[in-house]
Amino acid sequence: MINHIDLGTVLRRTVCDLYSDLVTRPTGAAVRTGIEQQLADAQERTLTVIDFTHVGLLDYSCADEIVAKLLVSYCEPAGERGSAARLVAPRDCYFLFKGVSDSHLDAIDAVLQRRGLALVAQTDDGMPLLIGTVDDRERRAWEAVTRLGRALPADIAGEVGLEEPQAEVLLNGLSRRRLIMRFDESYVAVGTGP
Amino acid sequence: MTTVINIPPSLDDRTFESVLQQLAPLPPDEKVLIDTRHTRWASPYGLTALLVLAQTRAERPALYAPEAEETASYWARAQFFRYAEGLFEMHGSVPRARGAGESDVLLEITPVAKSEDVHEVVGRIQSKAQAILAKELNLDPRATMGFAMTLSEACQNIVEHAGRGGWVAVQTYRWQKRLGRRVVQIAVCDAGIGFRQSLESAQGRRGDRWDDAMALEDAVIRSVSRFRDAGRGQGLAGIRRYVGRWDGKLSIRSGTARIAIVPSWDEDIPLEEQLPPFPGAQVLITIPERTAAR
Repeated sequence: MINHIDLGTVLRRTVCDLYSDLVTRPTGAAVRTGIEQQLADAQERTLTVIDFTHVGLLDYSCADEIVAKLLVSYCEPAGERGSAARLVAPRDCYFLFKGVSDSHLDAIDAVLQRRGLALVAQTDDGMPLLIGTVDDRERRAWEAVTRLGRALPADIAGEVGLEEPQAEVLLNGLSRRRLIMRFDESYVAVGTGP
Repeated sequence: MTTVINIPPSLDDRTFESVLQQLAPLPPDEKVLIDTRHTRWASPYGLTALLVLAQTRAERPALYAPEAEETASYWARAQFFRYAEGLFEMHGSVPRARGAGESDVLLEITPVAKSEDVHEVVGRIQSKAQAILAKELNLDPRATMGFAMTLSEACQNIVEHAGRGGWVAVQTYRWQKRLGRRVVQIAVCDAGIGFRQSLESAQGRRGDRWDDAMALEDAVIRSVSRFRDAGRGQGLAGIRRYVGRWDGKLSIRSGTARIAIVPSWDEDIPLEEQLPPFPGAQVLITIPERTAAR
């Protein structure tokens, strides 16, 4: 199931119909609550496209309230890989961020780095872009999955210089961080479709 | 008894210290007359700090307006008198204020007390900032959005931490003596609880050396916030990044201390202590014109 959430619409519906800028923590908290209400109805695995196209300015405080706190609720941050107890995702939710401008990216990357989070954004030409806190091995694995479309641990092992069992651990970690989706034994990058 | 406080001919963040030195020995309930008759120029910091000064006095102060017509006219365009009339007993000739948005001021003095005020400030600055930062200061167009983000975060310090409303103003002008270039300045001043008390509210006093200077270092250098949430403290960190990227300067005065992130073109002192006390926090962000060689 794919949801599409236009942040400009959520902003005007939840805060003020005259606003186009995502600034201040109270605004961010209200918008995040609006998103979570839409996600609450989801019963199965969902990919939610968070669309920034109609957002003017995004400041750090609002980026933290919307993007970082949304990811904290559903994803495992870096440094806690393998710690199943930390995984708090109530549902199998994945996110793809589109319409992200360079100035949005500045704010989003800063808040992701601060909290050890990462996400997948979609560039204007439709290509997925991994931003935030990821180590070199994670990035290479994610790029390989993205390039291959659908990958098994054996496909990725050679790409990142690991044995197959360790590659599977790495891919499961990326899956818990909601950067790739697991389908049975194979993995698909968020934003590339199964 | 009324004590006359003389305002210098040129009023900015540096010369405002002479105002605070005059006020320091006076009890807060002593009547003061702020004499700006001979003032010819004031920066956004100077004007907003004067409003904050009035907020800190228990006895409503008096203010003598500048005698120079050009100066008084600018103060009116900057909306200074609009708010001063609610805080001071006014004396002298006060020009009639024009409506906000009709002047050459980048952002007229604007009160900030709640989240909605930040939205208004950000909305108003973006249309003017685009043209002025690119054309007058030769800044990359990417600087415009970052400028508005910086302004937003600076204003949110008031909403989130001050405990009472404050003021923001933005203006560009030529800094002939100090730099020989144009600059844009953001001044955000409040008379709230200040950095030390804000951090104490969550973490308590931390040893005998805990003071205004240490609180400023914690907040500005180490991005410490009174909130325990790991995502807090990013506003000032973001301001520092922006200032660093565009070779700007950040200085924050709170209580009896002042901290500055000093660029190569300035010779300010990074940390000043034992200044005359002044409540709240006064933030000044300066972004210089980019020259061809840069």
